Parts: sequence; structure tokens; C-alpha cells
Amino acid sequence: MEQKNTILPTNTHKLFTAPLNRTNPVIVQVLGICSALAVTVNLKPAFVMALSVTVVVALSNIIISQIRNTIPTRIRIIVQLTIIATLVILIDQLLKAFVYDISKQLSVFVGLIITNCIVMGRLEAFAMNNKPWNAFIDGLGNGAGYGLILLIVAFFRELLGYGTLWDYQVVPDSFYEAGYENNGLFILPPMTLIIVGIIIWVHRSRHEDLIEKQ
Amino acid sequence: MLKSYLNKIKPYFQKGGRLHALKSTFEAFESFLYVPDHVTQKGAHIRDAIDCKRSMIMVVIALLPALFFGMWNVGYQHYLSFDTTVGFWDTFFYGFMQVSPILVVSYVVGLTIEFTVAQLRGHQVNEGFLVTGLLIPLICPPDIPLWMVACATAFAVVIGKEVFGGTGMNVWNPALLARAFLFFAYPSQMSGDKIWIAYKSDAFSGATPLSEIANDQVFDATMLNDMFYGYIPGCIGETSKLAIIIGAVILLWTGIASFRIMFSTIIGGLLMGFIFNIFGGSNAYMQISPYQHLLMGGFLFGAVFMATDPVTAAQTRNGKYIYGLLIGMIAVLIRVLNPAYLEGMMLAILLMNTFAPLIDYCFVEQNKKRRLKRASNSTPETI
Repeated sequence: MEQKNTILPTNTHKLFTAPLNRTNPVIVQVLGICSALAVTVNLKPAFVMALSVTVVVALSNIIISQIRNTIPTRIRIIVQLTIIATLVILIDQLLKAFVYDISKQLSVFVGLIITNCIVMGRLEAFAMNNKPWNAFIDGLGNGAGYGLILLIVAFFRELLGYGTLWDYQVVPDSFYEAGYENNGLFILPPMTLIIVGIIIWVHRSRHEDLIEKQ
Repeated sequence: MLKSYLNKIKPYFQKGGRLHALKSTFEAFESFLYVPDHVTQKGAHIRDAIDCKRSMIMVVIALLPALFFGMWNVGYQHYLSFDTTVGFWDTFFYGFMQVSPILVVSYVVGLTIEFTVAQLRGHQVNEGFLVTGLLIPLICPPDIPLWMVACATAFAVVIGKEVFGGTGMNVWNPALLARAFLFFAYPSQMSGDKIWIAYKSDAFSGATPLSEIANDQVFDATMLNDMFYGYIPGCIGETSKLAIIIGAVILLWTGIASFRIMFSTIIGGLLMGFIFNIFGGSNAYMQISPYQHLLMGGFLFGAVFMATDPVTAAQTRNGKYIYGLLIGMIAVLIRVLNPAYLEGMMLAILLMNTFAPLIDYCFVEQNKKRRLKRASNSTPETI
């Protein structure tokens, strides 16, 4: 069971930084796109969503890593799902208690963290064969990598779609008087795919080894 | 004289020359002004006077009637809304002053991006944008803000074309992509009754026949002539069906546009109109006769100039029939059944652009199968 994963860096520092950049869950592994489409219209819900996913990935990584040697291989997915679901319900209740407005905005997408591929992916790929501390750092890193992309996308969508940032108006009134209009396309989901595509484009052109060979 | 000047400065742009970095720009101007002096060297090719540049120029010529009529009509509608009439040249001049800024913005923004990208990649600059840059103003409302045109053109050229590898590689028609961008990004500037006449007086209803019928108003039969000749408010280039038909004749006569696509699109529209006539309710929109669909909105413009775009249309012969037929049917379907999208032509063409490769794939596979069957049936000696 205790095999060393040679693909991922072993150094803890790298465990955190790699998912922010080279092994980013959204733009390199292309996971969690669905929630990125849904919650990135404004910065605030995007931030809360990113935080929730980070907490869920990090905690479930620790728990699974602790019991990784006792889980029977055949039912590991069910065990993982139970743990993720428990954590997600806890998060959902916390959000409802403290930030009710945002929780309403996020609606079903908090519950859907259970099926977020990033969480399951990290459990399967990392927590099942690494020690708890490393698994925790890996979870934090992947959550942050996911959050980073979410925030970049939400920044552009809110700025161009509503003219606000974090609900504060940043496009001055004089712009609107001069004929500027908010771009309705940025509020629609397709624009997220285009923005993510552009981020991938920029990212790949900086890391040419990631470009797929044809 | 110009030619000898070009030849004189040519060495600077060759490899090792001082202005080597601007090679693409130089080549673009050279081939725009003259036939390039390099020809195919080996292999069997059909040599014809018509190349990419010439065919693009022909499309531009075919668009000119629609453009000039559009300019005149912009002025005509403006003065009509104030209940005044002025002379032909004044009317035309007013429209010219309205339309030409849009045209200039579309060309300047698009060509700047095209040249920059070609320079960066070391590609040649293609003539494709000459047509796109002219199509974009023709499918805009006359008083669209210029910065919106600039944004839409930039979006269409970068996301619709350069990302996929430039001219000839694009999946969607760039001009329609620009319009789709405007339509979804700035809905208040792209639909409603206020925008179809440049600076109209408030007392005058600027509704197009398309929006009137969508609002269940009874169709005015005397409008039909106006709709055919184009004395109606609407997008700059799409109002006059006569001008579009002249363009279509030029395109068909020179063999540049596919008559298969053009006619099957029209047949598709008529067919869907018939279906609604028979099975639709008593709704006014369901009951208008099919040929009126052709006269409304941008149906004919789309069928002649957009659906036939050789890059984004289906390439196989039978595929073209299916492609055109579906464009016509979907356009009328969206028009009649979806009140949120008054004009279905844009969405129908973009949708079918997406499916064109699939249609081609099916027909190519079918053809392969048929040939394999034929080959395996015959005896080896006869092959």
C-alpha cells in the first residue's frame, strides 16, 4: 500500500505550490469546470465557494489518509463519498447559519461539492497513499489552485458584466454617462468557458512543456 | 511606378534585411495591389485567374449594392421619422456619415489584429477580413455605438478566427460571431423598437416588420413592396431584398457562392413556413405565408452572404443540401416559436456552422463505404 508517488513532488513546499501553477486542477487537469461556470458571476460567492472546496478537500484528505490502510479497496469509493458528504453538509449548514445571502446565491452548488471531481480525484490520487500531513497540504494546495482560477474568472465577469468588484461599483458613473454599457455576455455561462480558455492559453504559452503533442 | 517602388524596397523585407520583422505586412500590401510573383512550382494544379484574393474581391463587389442601398436607407428612414423629405444626395450623404464610421472602425480594428497576429506568427496576411470587415457593419443597427463595434470585431477576430489558426481555419463565420457577441452582450442596443433608425424622432415608431408581427399585429399587405425594395427600418445591409438578390446573382454568376446552399436554405425556410401554416395555431406569426418569411429580417441576407461562406459551410455536395435546408428551417423555427430571439437567422447559421463538419463526416464515410462495396464486388482483374 505504501508506495511512493513519483509523479507528484514529495517536498511539502512543492505540494502546496504545484497545484497553484503546474498541476492546477482547473486549467491543467480540467476538473471542477461545472461549478466554475455557475458561481463565478460575482467575486463574493466565488470566494466562499473556493473556501468551502478548500476546506472539504483538505479535511477529507486528512481523514482518508488516516484510515487509508483500513479501508477495504473494494468499497473505498463509498467510504470516501460518505466522508465528503458529511463534510459538505457541515459546510452547508455553517454557510446557512452565518452567510445566508451567499448561501442562497450558491444554492445547489455547495451540495454539489460532493460530486466535484477535484475532491474525489485528490482522495484517490493522493490521500490513499500518502501520510496525513502531506495529504492536508496537498488538499490546501488544490483548493487554493481551484480558488485562484475561480477568483480570476469572477474578477473579469463581475468587472465587465456588472461594473462592480466585491459588490462595490468600480466603473465610474461618468463612464455610463458617456455611453458605456455593461457587457451582458459576461453574465452568461458561455463566457466562463471562453475566459478559462484564455487563461489556459496564457498559461500554456508560459509553460510550453504542457502543450499536448499532436 | 508603384510596382517598381515595391520592388525597390522589397530587399529590406527579405531574410536578413533591415525590416525583416515586417515581412508579412509588406507581402500583404504587395499581393493586395498586384498578383504576387510566386506561382506554384511543381505538381499538377489547375491554374486559374481566380484565387483567394479575387474571390474575396468578388464577394465585396456583390455586397456593394446592399451597402449603398443601406446607406441611402439609413438617411431615408431618419428623415422619414421627422416627416421630411430631402433630395437623394442629402439622404445618401446622411446615411454615408452614419455608416462609414462603423465601416472604418470594423476594418481598422480587424485589420490591426490580423496584421499583428500574422506578424507575430510569421504568417501571410490573408484577404479574408476584407469580406468580414464589410459584413459586420451591414448586420449592425445603424446607430450602434462605435466602441461596441470595435469590441465585437476584436472578439470575433481573436476568439472566432485567430485562436483556431486564422483565415480558413475558423469554425464559425466571424461576422456572425461579432453580431452574436453584440446581441448577447448589449441586448438593449441590438433589439427593440428604438435602434433601427439613426437618431429618429421620439414620436415615430421604429418597429421593423419582424417585431410588428412578433407583437401579434396584423400584417400589412401593402408593406410587402416596401419590404422587397427595402424602404423599412432594419440592419444596415439587410433591408433591401432587391440589392441582396443583385449580390446573389453576382455570386452565382461568378460561381463563388454555392447555389446548393443558397437555394436549399430558401427552400428550408419556405418548408418550415408551410408546416406552421398547416399545423400552427391561429397566432398571426404562424399564419403568415411562407414567402413573407423570406422578405422579413435578415433571412435573405444570411442565406446569400452568410450561409454560403466557403470556410464554415459544409463541403460535400449532398452535405450542402442538408446544411442549407436545416439553416432555413431552424431560422424560421426560432423566429416563430421563440419570442426572446426575434431573428433566428444568426443563431441558425452559427448552429449549423457547428454541425457542418459532422454532416461532411457522415457523407464522406457513406461515400467510402459505397466505393469499398463497389470495389469488393468487382473482380480483381477488372480493376
